[in-house]
Amino acid sequence: MTSTATALSRASRHSTPPDRRRLADNITGWTFAGPATLIILGFSLVPMAWALALSFTDSDLMSPGRNVGLENYRALVADPVFHQALRNTALLLLLYLPASLAAGLAVAVLLNRKVRGIGFYRTCFLVPYVASATAAGLLMGYIFDRDFGLFNGLLVKLGLPAQGLLSSPSQAMLVLTVIFFWTRFGFSVVIYLAALQEISKEVVEAAAIDGAGRWATFRHVIVPSVRHMTVFLAVWGMIDVLQFFDLVMTTTKGGPANATVTIVYYVWQLAFTYFTAGYGAAVAYVLFVGTLVLIVAGMLLARRKGATR
Amino acid sequence: MKRRRLPSGWHLVLAPMSLVTVLPFVWMVLSSLMTQAELNRFPPPIWPDAVDLGGYQRVLEGSNFPRWFLNSVLVSGTIVVAQVVLCGMAGYAFARIRFVGSRLVLVLVIATALIPFQLTVIPTFLIFNKVGLTDTLGALIVPQLSSAVGIYLMTSFFQSFPKELEEAGRIDGCSRFAVFFRVVLPVAKPALAALAVITFITAWNDLFWPLVVINSEAKYTVQVGLTTFQGQHRADWPAVMAGTVLTTLPVLGVFLFGQRRFIQALTGAVKG
Repeated sequence: MTSTATALSRASRHSTPPDRRRLADNITGWTFAGPATLIILGFSLVPMAWALALSFTDSDLMSPGRNVGLENYRALVADPVFHQALRNTALLLLLYLPASLAAGLAVAVLLNRKVRGIGFYRTCFLVPYVASATAAGLLMGYIFDRDFGLFNGLLVKLGLPAQGLLSSPSQAMLVLTVIFFWTRFGFSVVIYLAALQEISKEVVEAAAIDGAGRWATFRHVIVPSVRHMTVFLAVWGMIDVLQFFDLVMTTTKGGPANATVTIVYYVWQLAFTYFTAGYGAAVAYVLFVGTLVLIVAGMLLARRKGATR
Repeated sequence: MKRRRLPSGWHLVLAPMSLVTVLPFVWMVLSSLMTQAELNRFPPPIWPDAVDLGGYQRVLEGSNFPRWFLNSVLVSGTIVVAQVVLCGMAGYAFARIRFVGSRLVLVLVIATALIPFQLTVIPTFLIFNKVGLTDTLGALIVPQLSSAVGIYLMTSFFQSFPKELEEAGRIDGCSRFAVFFRVVLPVAKPALAALAVITFITAWNDLFWPLVVINSEAKYTVQVGLTTFQGQHRADWPAVMAGTVLTTLPVLGVFLFGQRRFIQALTGAVKG
């Protein structure tokens, strides 16, 4: 039946002149794809160029501002809060990324066997990912509150000293990292799990027959075969970390003493609370270029490693 | 003969891990049912002495919460419908119709996924400011009417979709539009549902853009409202937790209900 259908359609196509059909395809194609693409490109490429122009001005969000050349970028080099924001974001990246990749893969491997209740566990790990960062932030902000929080309550009950947590300049960023990890790592579990389910049983069994132990199988069969997912998750995680905002907003608001200011939180503060939009745009551009460099470097590294294998 | 398998020992690892993951949410519900006095104790109780609905009453009657909730429903609902239709159509066109510039535009669209919103947010605000649309629900909706992820998902879905069906429709003399809406869309329901679930969760949870573009309290979304509510009622934790529970319920419901689709969308977006 299907073959007659295609044959018929081929015949019917021949009945219309090819030029007219090509024109018709162009019109329908653009009518179908036009609105969606226009919105996306209009709200990304145009503002992207505009932000670059803004970063050379002293715009205060309300008036256009005058051209100040590279002044914003120069000021940024000497800005202690910007340095702090860079350090905080880097710390988050260094702690979170390896942890989420390792834990994600480990849990996915555990789930990828004939254990009953895989679905239940997977759901549990995804719940914090699905809940809003606002909800997670308010809830965890309370649990990790220095004076009333459940966490310190448990420490005291166990006879341990209460900690400064979110009110402590030295601990706040670490606590935020833990909270971030909690909301995010379910995503790596799901992605790795999907990749693991694609590995054929024969390969794993063949490795076992060749005398490979569990660890060797993991190391030499599983890790290489999910490598493309690792690259994806690393890139995705980087983008995620560099956009870290909601949790800061709903817990510490950058405090205490700027200990939890991240780059994006700083951009928001500069543009929308201090109204130094030009300077904010400059910080945002540095963030963007930094992200691109990290991503490209990561991908090149992954490709080189893949080639030597 | 095979021996009957004992329950795997890995449950001993997995069960505590999943408990630690979910327990904060359980306690979120429990603490929303406590009284203010209970939650101001240290250490705080784990279990409420009695069920107290005061927190829910205070957040629902003492703030604009119902209004914020309604705003969120309106905004996320519109975004979901728009994305399903617009991204569905665009994905179909990119996968099926040969038209000038389609390759280039598709690559550009997907590349925009790498542009952080924080880079474009200041000019986007200025655009809405210029046309006088800041502080409206429309400003929340328009930039999200379509998404790169949505187009990508739909394109890869339609690329793997059998052509025969549409061709049969076309012989019957239907136009492309009629074929798309009458033949293709109904069959594409699972993929569209996946897109709807993922879009709803993203739209409902958004905090950054509403925080930037909305000023008046009556136009807050539930996420912005909750954040400011907490700022003003720091001591009233049961009410804050009650608001958090109510804010989380819709996404949790959609997630549990559409979990298979959600996971498909997540993994589909990666594999494609």
